[in-house]
Amino acid sequence: MLDNGLKVLVHIDQSTPMAVVNVLYDVGARDEDAQQTGFAHLFEHLMFGGSVNIPDYDEPLQVAGGENNAYTTNDLTNYYCQLPSENLETAFWLESDRMLSLAFSKKSLDVQRKVVCEEFKEHYINKPYGDVWHIMRELAFKEHPYRWMTIGKELSHVENAQLEDVKRFFFKHYTPPNAILVVAGNVSVEQVRELAEKWFGDIPSGEKYNRSLPIEPEQKEERRMTVHRKVPADAIYKTWHMCSRLDDDYYATDLLTDILGGGASSRLYQALVKEQQLFTGINCYHFGSLDAGLLAIDGQLVKGVDIKKAEDAIEAELDKIRHEFVEVRELQKVQNKTESVMAFEDMSVMNRAGSLAFYELLGDGELMNTEFKKYQDVTVHDLKRIANQVMQTSNSNTLWYLAEN
Amino acid sequence: MPDRSQAPHIKDAIEYAIALKKPEIFTLDNGVQVYNVNAGTEEVVQIEWVFKAGNWFEKSNNIASAANFLLKNGTSKKSAYEINEYVDFYGAYVNRSCYNETAVVTLHCLSRQLENLLPLVQELFVDAIFPEEELHIFRQNMKQKLEVNLKKCDFVAGRKIDEFLFGAKHPYGVYSIAEDYDALEVEALRNFYATYYQQGHCTIFSAGILPANYSTLMNGFFGSLPFNQSSIVAPEHPIVPATEKKWNIINDSEGVQGAVRIARPFPTRHHPDFPKVQVLNTLFGGFFGSRLMNNIREDKGYTYGIYSFLVNHIHGGAWMISTEAGRDVCEATVNEVYNEMQALREGDIDPEELLLVKNYLIGTLLGDLDGPFHIIARWKNLVLNGLDDSFFYHSVDTIKNISAEELKAMANKYLQPEDFYELVVV
Repeated sequence: MLDNGLKVLVHIDQSTPMAVVNVLYDVGARDEDAQQTGFAHLFEHLMFGGSVNIPDYDEPLQVAGGENNAYTTNDLTNYYCQLPSENLETAFWLESDRMLSLAFSKKSLDVQRKVVCEEFKEHYINKPYGDVWHIMRELAFKEHPYRWMTIGKELSHVENAQLEDVKRFFFKHYTPPNAILVVAGNVSVEQVRELAEKWFGDIPSGEKYNRSLPIEPEQKEERRMTVHRKVPADAIYKTWHMCSRLDDDYYATDLLTDILGGGASSRLYQALVKEQQLFTGINCYHFGSLDAGLLAIDGQLVKGVDIKKAEDAIEAELDKIRHEFVEVRELQKVQNKTESVMAFEDMSVMNRAGSLAFYELLGDGELMNTEFKKYQDVTVHDLKRIANQVMQTSNSNTLWYLAEN
Repeated sequence: MPDRSQAPHIKDAIEYAIALKKPEIFTLDNGVQVYNVNAGTEEVVQIEWVFKAGNWFEKSNNIASAANFLLKNGTSKKSAYEINEYVDFYGAYVNRSCYNETAVVTLHCLSRQLENLLPLVQELFVDAIFPEEELHIFRQNMKQKLEVNLKKCDFVAGRKIDEFLFGAKHPYGVYSIAEDYDALEVEALRNFYATYYQQGHCTIFSAGILPANYSTLMNGFFGSLPFNQSSIVAPEHPIVPATEKKWNIINDSEGVQGAVRIARPFPTRHHPDFPKVQVLNTLFGGFFGSRLMNNIREDKGYTYGIYSFLVNHIHGGAWMISTEAGRDVCEATVNEVYNEMQALREGDIDPEELLLVKNYLIGTLLGDLDGPFHIIARWKNLVLNGLDDSFFYHSVDTIKNISAEELKAMANKYLQPEDFYELVVV
C-alpha cells in the first residue's frame, strides 16, 4: 500500500509478452443520489475524455500498442488495459493522471451524455423485454439503491448532468484510498513498486468516503405486478432477497441457483422446458452483489400457455427443493461445474488481474485461491435450509410481463 | 514529482518480432488431422471437431443448423437429459455451432476429466438418433425465439444486408423464416447426419494442457470412425446480389433507434489486397480510435458505437459498416460514413495516425496470441481457409510496412459509395 492509501497488487506471468494494468474504484451505482442515477456509469465514459495533463486517454495507449475497456456495476467501476510489457510505464502515466484529476471538458460531457442516452435506448428501450429490470428492481427494493440500474433510472438524470456534479463525484470517489491497482503479466514486483511510487505516490488521498447506504428492510409480504408490452410472448420474472457476496451462505445460494437453472441438465430446464414444455427457456441465477441482493428466475412462456399454470409449475419445482434433500450426485455435479468455471475464468492474464482486484475489494485477494474450498464444504442440508429461507412466498417478487394483444 | 506532461518513452509495437507458435500435428488411422497447441497455465482443454457440415451442404433451410444442434439430444443409449447430466457432472461443456461451410462440436473440460468425456463425444458422432420429440421442442422454441428477434431492428438489418450482398438463396444470404422450422423432418436430419457427420469430413483442433497419451486416446476413440473416407463435393452456389442499392425498412413504427448497415462485396483472404485493406479498415472503423468512432460517437454522439469490419467467408466476403443510431440521426450517420470514405480517398493520412494504427494492430496481435486457445483459433482459421502461417507473417509485414499512399490507393479502389448497399431499419 502506498502512503496515500492506494492498494497495489502484482501478479507475475512471464509466459506472455504483455502487461495488464487494472484499476478498480470502489464506487458503483449504489453510491448515487436517487435524483442523479446513472452517474457512476456516465462517469466511466468521462474517464476517457482527457485528464488534467493528458488531452486524450485512448490515443497514447494505442500508440503504445495497448487496448483498454471499462465497466460499471451497481457495486464498482473497473478499468483495465493491456499493452506490451516494455510500455508498461505508459499505462501508469495514463492511469495516474486520471486518478489525479480529469480535464472536466464541457464538450466531453455534452457528447458522452448523448452517447449514454443512445446506449440506454439500444439496450433498454429498443429491445423486447428491455425494461424488465427497471421494473423488477423498483418492485423488489424500496430503500436500498439497488432499486435502480447502473444505466440510470431515467434518461433525464443523465441528460441533466452538470459539470459541477461531475467534479463533486470525482473528488468524492476517485481517490487513492478508494482504489485498487493490480498489475499483472510480464512484470516484476520491484518495477511495479517503483512505477507505482513514481506515478501514483504524490496523488493526494482526498477525503475518505464512508459508505452508509440505507438498509433494505426485510420483505414480509409477497409483491406482484403485471405489465403489458409489445412483445411476442409472455414472460415471468421472480426474485427473492438473498444474502450478500460476503456472507457464508453465499456459496450454498450460488450452488442452489445452479441446481435449479444452470444449464441443460438443471431442474427447471428439464422439467419445464423439456418435459412439460411450458417455457421456451428458463433460467435461475443471482447477481452476486456486494450488499444483500436478489436471486432470480426468469422464463419465457410457450405461446398459448396460461401464465398462472406456468407459475404453478415453477412453484412445484421449488416445493421439491424446499422439502426434499438434493441428491449428493446432483450437489457434486454443480460443485464440479464451479471448479471448471473457475479454471476457465483464469485462462487470461486480463481476467486474473480483474479477479484479483475484485477479491481484494471483498477484503482478501487470497480468497481467489481458496474460495473453491467453500463450495466444496456446502452440504445438502445447507441447500435445503437456503431454499426454505430464501425462496419463500413472503420474500418474493413476481412480475408477469404479458404480450399485448 | 514526475513530469506528467511528457509521455514516457515507448517501444513501438511494430518493432516487436511476432511469432505464431506452430501446432503439433498428428493424423489418426482414418486420415483425420489433429492440430494441437499443448500449452497454458490452467489444467484445462478445449477440443473442436470441425465437420464439413455447414449450411452450404443442406438441401433445404435449417437442416444443417438443426442437425448440429440436435446432435446432442439423444443417442440409442442415452436420452438428451442423460447426455446433459453426464457432461455437467464432469464439469464440462459440449457446445455446437453451425456456420456456412463448417459445423463444429466443441468440448471444454478440466484436463483430468478428458478420459471420461471422449467416449461420450464419440457416441454423438456414431449414434445420434434425432428423436421426434426433441425436434418438436426445437421447432417450437426456435420459432418463438425468431419471433422475438424479429422485433429487433439490428437483427432484421443483419439478415437483410446479407441477402442484398449474396442473394436469398445463397448460403451466405439465406435466413430462417418460421415455415422453414415447420418443414423440418427427422428423416432429413438423420440423412444429413449420416452423410456429413457419421461418414463426414472431420478436422480436429485441440489446445490446453493435454495428457501425455493424447494421440493414443484420440486415435482410440476417433481413429476408426468412417470419417474422411470419400471426398465431399461442395455444391456450387451462385451469388445473386440485389440490384437496388438503397433500402429503408420500417420494422417498428415506435422504435427510438435505427440499425444502419452499409456494405459492399469484398474478396477473400486469398486476394492480395486483403492484408492491406485490413489495415485500412482498422483506421476507418475497426477499433475504438477509428475515424468513424471518433466522428460519429466521440464528436457527434449519434451512437453508442460504430464499427466497420471485413466479413470473412471461405468463398467470398464483404466490407461492412454497422451501427445503431438515434432514429432521427440515422440519415446524418449515413452521410458521415460517406464523408469519412471521401476523406480517405482524397485526404492524406497523417504519419502519426498511421503509426498509431500500426502499433495498435501489432499490440492487439501480441495480446491476442496470449494462451493456447487463442493460438489454436488462429491456426483453425488458417487451416480451414486453406492457408498456412505464411499468410499470418505476410499480414504482420503488411501492417508494419504499409504506406499512407498504399492505403489511399486501397480507399480509392474500394471505398466508392456507388459500390455499397445502404440499409436503415427503424
